Amino acid sequence: MSISRRDYMKAQAIAAAAAAAGMAVPGEAANLVTEREKTELVWSKAACRFCGTGCSVMVATKDGQVVATHGDVKAEVNRGLNCVKGYFLAKILYGGDRLTQPLLRMRDGQYSKDGDFEAVSWERAFDEMAAQFKRVLKEKGPEAVGMFGSGQWTVWEGYAASKLMKAGFRSNNIDPNARHCMASAVAGFIRTFGIDEPMGCYDDFENADAFVLWGSNMAEMHPILWTRLTDRRLSAPHVKVAVLSTFENRCFDLADIPMVFTPQSDLAILNYIAKTIIESGKVNEDFVGKHVNFARGNTDIGYGLRPEHPLEQAASNAGKAGGSTPMSFEDYAAFVADYDLAHVSALSGVPENRLEALAELYGDPDTKVMSLWTMGVNQHTRGVWVNNLLYNIHLLTGKISEPGNSPFSLTGQPSACGTAREVGTFAHRLPADLLVAKEEHREIAEAIWKLPKGTIPGKVGYHAVLQNRMLKDGKLNAYWVQVNNNMQAAPNLNEEGFPGYRNPENFIVVSDAYPTVTAQAADLILPTAMWVEKEGAYGNAERRTQFWHQLVDAPGESKSDLWQLVEFSKRFTTDEVWPQDLLDANPDYRGKTLYEVLYANGQVDAFPLEETSPDYANHESEDFGFYIQKGLFEEYAAFGRGHGHDLAPFDVYHEVRGLRWPVVDGQETRWRFREGYDPYVEPGSGVQFYGKADKRAVIYALPYEPPAESPDEEYDFWLVTGRVLEHWHSGSMTQRVPELHRAFPEALAFMHPDDAADKGLRRGSKVLVKSRRGEIISRVETRGRNKVPRGLIFVPWFDARQLINKVTLDATDPISKQTDFKKCAVKLEAV
Amino acid sequence: MRNVARHLGALPSAALSSAAILSLFGALLLAAPLLAQMTADELATLRGGPIAETLEPMPMPPVSNRDVRQVRNYPEQPPVIPHKIDGYQVDRNANKCLTCHSRTAIEVSQAPMLSITHFMDRDGQSLATVSPRRYFCNQCHVVQTETGPAVPNTFVDIDSILRQDAGASQQQ
Repeated sequence: MSISRRDYMKAQAIAAAAAAAGMAVPGEAANLVTEREKTELVWSKAACRFCGTGCSVMVATKDGQVVATHGDVKAEVNRGLNCVKGYFLAKILYGGDRLTQPLLRMRDGQYSKDGDFEAVSWERAFDEMAAQFKRVLKEKGPEAVGMFGSGQWTVWEGYAASKLMKAGFRSNNIDPNARHCMASAVAGFIRTFGIDEPMGCYDDFENADAFVLWGSNMAEMHPILWTRLTDRRLSAPHVKVAVLSTFENRCFDLADIPMVFTPQSDLAILNYIAKTIIESGKVNEDFVGKHVNFARGNTDIGYGLRPEHPLEQAASNAGKAGGSTPMSFEDYAAFVADYDLAHVSALSGVPENRLEALAELYGDPDTKVMSLWTMGVNQHTRGVWVNNLLYNIHLLTGKISEPGNSPFSLTGQPSACGTAREVGTFAHRLPADLLVAKEEHREIAEAIWKLPKGTIPGKVGYHAVLQNRMLKDGKLNAYWVQVNNNMQAAPNLNEEGFPGYRNPENFIVVSDAYPTVTAQAADLILPTAMWVEKEGAYGNAERRTQFWHQLVDAPGESKSDLWQLVEFSKRFTTDEVWPQDLLDANPDYRGKTLYEVLYANGQVDAFPLEETSPDYANHESEDFGFYIQKGLFEEYAAFGRGHGHDLAPFDVYHEVRGLRWPVVDGQETRWRFREGYDPYVEPGSGVQFYGKADKRAVIYALPYEPPAESPDEEYDFWLVTGRVLEHWHSGSMTQRVPELHRAFPEALAFMHPDDAADKGLRRGSKVLVKSRRGEIISRVETRGRNKVPRGLIFVPWFDARQLINKVTLDATDPISKQTDFKKCAVKLEAV
Repeated sequence: MRNVARHLGALPSAALSSAAILSLFGALLLAAPLLAQMTADELATLRGGPIAETLEPMPMPPVSNRDVRQVRNYPEQPPVIPHKIDGYQVDRNANKCLTCHSRTAIEVSQAPMLSITHFMDRDGQSLATVSPRRYFCNQCHVVQTETGPAVPNTFVDIDSILRQDAGASQQQ
């Protein structure tokens, strides 16, 4: 890099001359190594570490290091392709600031909340951590203990964490960062179908005649799915692409029907489409008659803010947001009749002819439609409603559960489905869609876990946003964060997150591979093995479960989240953490460690070390003395087998490029609820939405309601936050890859050139972005990949220097408790 | 049409300064584990300051336009784009990148021809033209701005490992 072409040629000439003269020039004598023994690389499969697409990658190792990665040609998902992030996976392990030792805030040799970080041993780290957790448990009980996990946990890490919190510490205060990205999708599925996750699969891409994007910038956030969509669109000229977003992004480059809509008006557009389908006679009456019920959802449900907030006080149904009452088709038709073309066009800002063209795609019985959505829909104070309204359209037309007809909720994280949702690491969930609030569900879990009845508490725990509020209020005091960077992600940092972490009553533990902003706010940092430094499993957006082996060792003293969870459990006995009455009724459990009760329970430790692969290391199993990943997986799989969530035997997943559940008799399921594809559908029934008792899905009447905060005279711009192609989430991995950093080195405020001119700003100017909650200084971008409308700015959140979550509002969907990161009001000032 | 002469242009001096920054940073990091104590604000490398403060953004660096190809970390890595692509139209109507990088354009442009993998469909079968699944170039190929790394990266490429192995066996 620092030598010129001339220098380079000269050096080559010297080397050639030296070689000709028989002189050894160290390290440069041979210009090509050809010995097979030296050039052979060990290639192993792994799931990509980034988004929910779930590409399979091949990873090359040599001398204990990852030396290359590329797309796996044998994988159905990506067939040899990766996006730019995926191609640089090899470098995410090697950021120069990897954490290699536990770090504890100390003063004068003792833990101190306001101390500086000092390296300590794992022994010392766990001593302090256990003492703090025991103190809090003793003083305040299990409800003061909590954990914030991730859709990036491997399946068994999430499962081990859920057991430790829900059954060990008896606290349901465990929630994943998937709450920030997928909770509205989950609640949407449960409400409409009674069972979580998409009915279709990625094969829909090659079968659809039209694609409609609802608040999903797939071109940047799901690039490999975008390649499949692009392939279909450009290979088959009859195919149409409709793109809806609140600003023009790269997906508009392929759009046949481009639509920029006013934030929140997606609710109205969807009801307009339903109205048009009904009024033009395009309802699939046979399908609706056999497979659908109608219900009117509760309205005026508030915005998930703190209860004392005026908006919550004013909301009539804040306490029963998810409620509904049955209604007839005729009543439903009358309900959507209000959403006429002129009204919806005015509200949304989308020209009438484009709305008509969009409705025609859905209405035409000969056009197979795949709808795709992500954060624009889910990060929405009416996110569950938008999910429901999307299903309404596919149910009215019967365009569902068959190749190409597919309402498809995309996921943001690599195992938001596999871990957060399927394992049920949410504050209200247990594995396989079971709920902590239902006694019969808790009993199923207690039986599988070989624990006494009454071990799992029935009270729903604190969800993500509530955890930060409770930390601030001093009600949640011992807190463990794994595999996520929530100080950079969670909304309203200034008023909730940061005061919560730094509250002197609280002890905050952060497990991470890198010194993130969250680690910066912690009291104890645990250095963590990442990705292929451990054996893992992820589940992607099309229900595909994928495994990988540990391919390299983690640096220094880093240990996986799984090791940390299980090792920490050894420091507690049931007598210390379980109530007297539970122990009195079940004396056999007295005096046992949580490790013995939860993990060395005859099931998790059932598989000997000999069953681990002889070709790969496995640092957790070697430490614990049994094949822990297999034991955890097989115990977990008992929840779903025979209940619509069947997983294949553990060993199978190490051989294949993933399988889509339910896996019954060795066969994966591509389209659920449809006879001929889904073994759970009874012969002769055609379609069964078996998540519901009467096997019918529900169409909901849900109105347009305004957002929690809109621009006004003082705060006169919409702020939309999101991601960019080159960085994944908070950038803690991708910012450490120099090529990705150089491609997009810092966050920018994308704004309309006329707005910039009005404010006396131009491209590259510093701009203060300020809301009622906080501010950042960014730089103006008036060109490039995003073209925003007047009155709106877009700021990505990967940049730790520009913590845009100081500005965002902690309003959530009242049903899903997912934050709306796409809408709040800001003002802009030249700096 | 890109000009051959641009590809042989001299390397700019900016390369040196970013290399210097890199080595300085590296030295600091190597010393880090030896420090007895580190404040939380020193620790958080990418934040570069207290959480509560409003930090100044970095200057907006220009996009590198040197037209000098960069070494790939491994053969499968998509090469980064060594020139500006401002205003390049890549949409369903046109693909500006192919104006120079298509098979038939390179004799005039002297740009690298896109890889033969780019002609293959999902089943590895070559098509008559570039596969639509590879149509949007910027999903894999990205520009580079004139800035140093945010933090150094210690990735070692395979040739370095082979050299180390060769060195080790010579010493034995």
